[in-house]
Amino acid sequence: MADSPTVVNSSEVHNPALRHHFADMEQQRESSEFGMWVFLITEIMFFGGMFAAYMIYRYLYYPSWAAGSEKMDFWYGTINTVVLICSSLTMALAVHSAQVGRRKLLVTLLIITMLFGVTFLVIKGVEYHGHWVKNEFPGAGFHVEDVDAAAAVHIELFFSLYWAMTGFHALHMLIGIGIVALITYFSWRGKYGPDYHNPVEITGLYWHFVDLIWIYLYPLLYLISHTHKA
Amino acid sequence: MFETFPLWPARASAYAGQVDALFIFLLTLCGFMAIAIFIMIFVFATKYRRQKGVLAEQIEGSNALELTWTGVPLLIFMAIFVWGAILYFHSRTPPNDSAEIYTVAKQWMWKFQHMEGQREINELHVPVGRDVKMIMTSQDVIHSFYVPAFRIKQDVLPGRYTVAWFRATKAGRYHLFCAEYCGTAHSGMIGEVVVMEPAQYQQWLSGGPAAPLPQAGKEVFMSLGCSTCHRFDTQGRGPNLTGVFGKPVLLEDGRTLTADENYIRESILQPAAKVVSGFKPIMPTFQGLVSEEQLNALVAYIKSLSQPPAGTAGAPNNPSAAPTGPTQLQVQ
Amino acid sequence: MTTAAVQIPETENYLNKEYGIRSWLLTTDHKRIALLYLITITFFFFIGGFFALLIRLELLTPAGDLLQADTYNKMFTMHGQVMVFFFLIPAVPAVLGNFLLPIMIGAKDLAFPRINLLSWYLLVAGGCLMLYTILAGGADTGWTFYTPLSTAFLNTHVVAAALAIFIAGFSSILTGLNFIVTTHRMRAPGMTWNRLPLFVWANYATAIIQVLGTPVLAISLMLVALDRLFHFGIFDPNRGGDPLLFQHLFWFYSHPAVYIMILPGMGVISEIVTCFSRKRVFGYKFMALAVIAIAVLGFLVWAHHMFVAGISVYAALIFSFLSYFVAVPSAIKVFNWTATMYKGSISYTTPMLYAFGFIGLFTMGGLTGLFLAALGIDVHVTDTYFVVAHFHYIMVGGMVMAYLGGMHFWWPKISGRMYPEAWGKLAALIIFVGFNLTFFPQFVLGYLGMPRRYWQYSPEFQVLNVLSTAGATILAVGYVLPMAYFLWSMRYGKVADANPWGAAGLEWTIQSPPTTFNFDETPIVTTEAYNYDELQEVPVGR
Repeated sequence: MADSPTVVNSSEVHNPALRHHFADMEQQRESSEFGMWVFLITEIMFFGGMFAAYMIYRYLYYPSWAAGSEKMDFWYGTINTVVLICSSLTMALAVHSAQVGRRKLLVTLLIITMLFGVTFLVIKGVEYHGHWVKNEFPGAGFHVEDVDAAAAVHIELFFSLYWAMTGFHALHMLIGIGIVALITYFSWRGKYGPDYHNPVEITGLYWHFVDLIWIYLYPLLYLISHTHKA
Repeated sequence: MFETFPLWPARASAYAGQVDALFIFLLTLCGFMAIAIFIMIFVFATKYRRQKGVLAEQIEGSNALELTWTGVPLLIFMAIFVWGAILYFHSRTPPNDSAEIYTVAKQWMWKFQHMEGQREINELHVPVGRDVKMIMTSQDVIHSFYVPAFRIKQDVLPGRYTVAWFRATKAGRYHLFCAEYCGTAHSGMIGEVVVMEPAQYQQWLSGGPAAPLPQAGKEVFMSLGCSTCHRFDTQGRGPNLTGVFGKPVLLEDGRTLTADENYIRESILQPAAKVVSGFKPIMPTFQGLVSEEQLNALVAYIKSLSQPPAGTAGAPNNPSAAPTGPTQLQVQ
Repeated sequence: MTTAAVQIPETENYLNKEYGIRSWLLTTDHKRIALLYLITITFFFFIGGFFALLIRLELLTPAGDLLQADTYNKMFTMHGQVMVFFFLIPAVPAVLGNFLLPIMIGAKDLAFPRINLLSWYLLVAGGCLMLYTILAGGADTGWTFYTPLSTAFLNTHVVAAALAIFIAGFSSILTGLNFIVTTHRMRAPGMTWNRLPLFVWANYATAIIQVLGTPVLAISLMLVALDRLFHFGIFDPNRGGDPLLFQHLFWFYSHPAVYIMILPGMGVISEIVTCFSRKRVFGYKFMALAVIAIAVLGFLVWAHHMFVAGISVYAALIFSFLSYFVAVPSAIKVFNWTATMYKGSISYTTPMLYAFGFIGLFTMGGLTGLFLAALGIDVHVTDTYFVVAHFHYIMVGGMVMAYLGGMHFWWPKISGRMYPEAWGKLAALIIFVGFNLTFFPQFVLGYLGMPRRYWQYSPEFQVLNVLSTAGATILAVGYVLPMAYFLWSMRYGKVADANPWGAAGLEWTIQSPPTTFNFDETPIVTTEAYNYDELQEVPVGR
């Protein structure tokens, strides 16, 4: 049952991974999963502020938003989306490997996940560089080519939000890669198996969440239509 | 009350009296509630002070009591809400023929432009008994126009106009404070509202030099070359501005909006943002080329191209010009 | 029971189990972490208090003759930032909540002890950055960081201050996360939701706000930092940005934040009033629901800080309307505490004196909130000393008194010693008098029209300002006393046994101070909270 007070089981054989303040592994596992979900809710609120700013300005300045979206590199964005979806697949498979105790497969899949993550960041870096050399960075030197007058008025706002939202997303990717690296190391050391694989699961939750943020960012930033008015 | 130790602010408008009425009501109501609670606590604490052999009575609660002291306060609160809302609605609905005074707030002074042409810094002369509407913008950060004697306050924002209005009923000099923290000399950004009897106000007006504000605006309009495109016939590359103010405008993208002060201002500073239907986005921007005061003059001029002309402070109120609704200046 | 004089508790407890700085800095024991927090927030309380004294000294005279204008502006900014983020927000949850929450529900520790330690380190890191900001010259944005002043018109250490608060915010988020998971998953057998002490309910409601609200503050501060560092124009009207967007984002957190500050205090008061009335609380279910209602409704009223900011009339109407709803659960709590005393058996111990003070002063502060929610009144008094008085009545008259009441109430459990009761009562009285003298005149000042954040002011406001400063000096004395005698009591105080107050609650069933793992055996709970019908005969105060 979800919230019922736990039953003490002092005669249970202790799993070496059981922390002393938990009564049993089930309580430990449920707590850490719940904790990760609560943390992800805080992340939703964090990104939510930027999404709110985006939606408000989009409503007010749609032509600028459409023009800004056109300046995004469609192919880099699309490839990155595919890369992240694949990384979530390998992450999910990794979690399953841990559940069934296949250590080598687990390590391999975690490494591939990290590689996908790094690929994403590299492509993002190339994209950023492209914008940077064209002075598409907010501030005194901001400049965008070939934009009609109506849209040019507020296109700098679009770019501010583009850099902020994708920047924070990239930061979360970096942190995610770091966490996966740590889990990979522990997996290689044989720490996880059918009896204990919770850290792999909750890492998977975090990874999927960061992927999901990108799934929202992609259409909002890269796919704004020119034919609609709003 | 006392000169050196006042306990109540001066009351210089009828509206101030109305605000005071609600305040006194709340003082009475909340004072009564607070004292009632204090007395109850005092009585319980003494009457039920721990005594040997006397045990506490374990009372679980009472749904009836809970619902009562939930429902009754809520009803009272709703009444207070309505009263406060009525006052607020009134304070944000300037009468249609109010005299207009343009205000530019900047770190750390208040600049006022009267329609008759007078310009003042930190001092605002107004006549008794006339509705006055302040059309305000900031040159830099957020300030706030606060006259305690009128019980009005309105933040003054960069990039748009906000409005406050009052009708002074008592001659005198009253504090004007900036009430939104704006940097080093925030507490020095103060001045006085000088309310004069109508005769003295006329005298003060005639002492002033300059051309009326719409006239000054016309001069800016000519000198910046606006009349080249904004001709008063249909041949211009820009829309004819006669009668434009206060009317609906159809934009290129299909939206319709009402041409108010903020729209005029935005059209000068960021002309490509809202292009009128049937025209091309060729108007150059005047951002950085025109000061806030010049913008105010231009707005006043363009308003004067609509009949009837905007009210001046020297003319009396027009009682038949009833306000239609709260001023909703469009955000740019 | 042992006699007075120097007596070190002989039993093993969480304090003497291990010695050495490493055992403290690397501890995962929630009780030791609570004490680490106690040291940190007390330190920042005195820093924030020092700034307050400088402010009040400057305001003795109408002219700005003590500090320069810029310095004064830094004083009120840093007073607000330090007090809010490094004292009030952590105080009850991170000190008393950390210490008591696991014990009250019958657990050995919080769900995530290492994250608990991380939370403390985050507060310390943020605090160090805040100290750096202060020593390097401070920031003068006001604690509210309004744009475009903070983004484009100041050259003080704005980014450092914002980052310091950002880091401290994560401390708050992780504590909230820990409390939520702990309350859901770690309750002992028989400890159902309906049997939880109200202190647990209050901290749980607080944790919900911490988790949902603080991230929005984080992003608001980040956007200000990005604006300053990289010239993003998100709030710059010259580039199409809207300064009001910042205000919405900021207040979306900062209004619920005030409930983060007051709810735990309300939990403390429930524990104290029941114990010293020897009675179960009146209307337990309503009390528990009220804290949840405050947490939820608190997220719906933020723009009542913006009635004159340039929002539409209709938005203002909605937020005023909703603000009256959030007042109702608070009123319910005051009525229920009062009703709890009815036909009780009341003792005037120091914690109870603080509880009396809390109920009175919180009532006054809360009632003045009704004034502020009324649109027509708010236009006149917003951004004046009326608001300053309102929130100080709730945060200082309410929250700080609840915190001190809680510290006195649980001091025997935390330290194994009693504080000197006579000094405790004296300090409570001094604080009550000093507080009212400091802040009541400010209501009058506000209605008269004295704006806040004013370094110099119009001469007719002087008498009230002098009264306020006099009160502040008395208040300062009152605050120093408990620190002095708590320290004294750790060595010379009377040794306390497990339940010196005869109070209900699992924390009073274990030794004072507790062992590292709290319980020898997991307790099995069979009674409701506040089972004073069973504890009636136990004498109070030994």
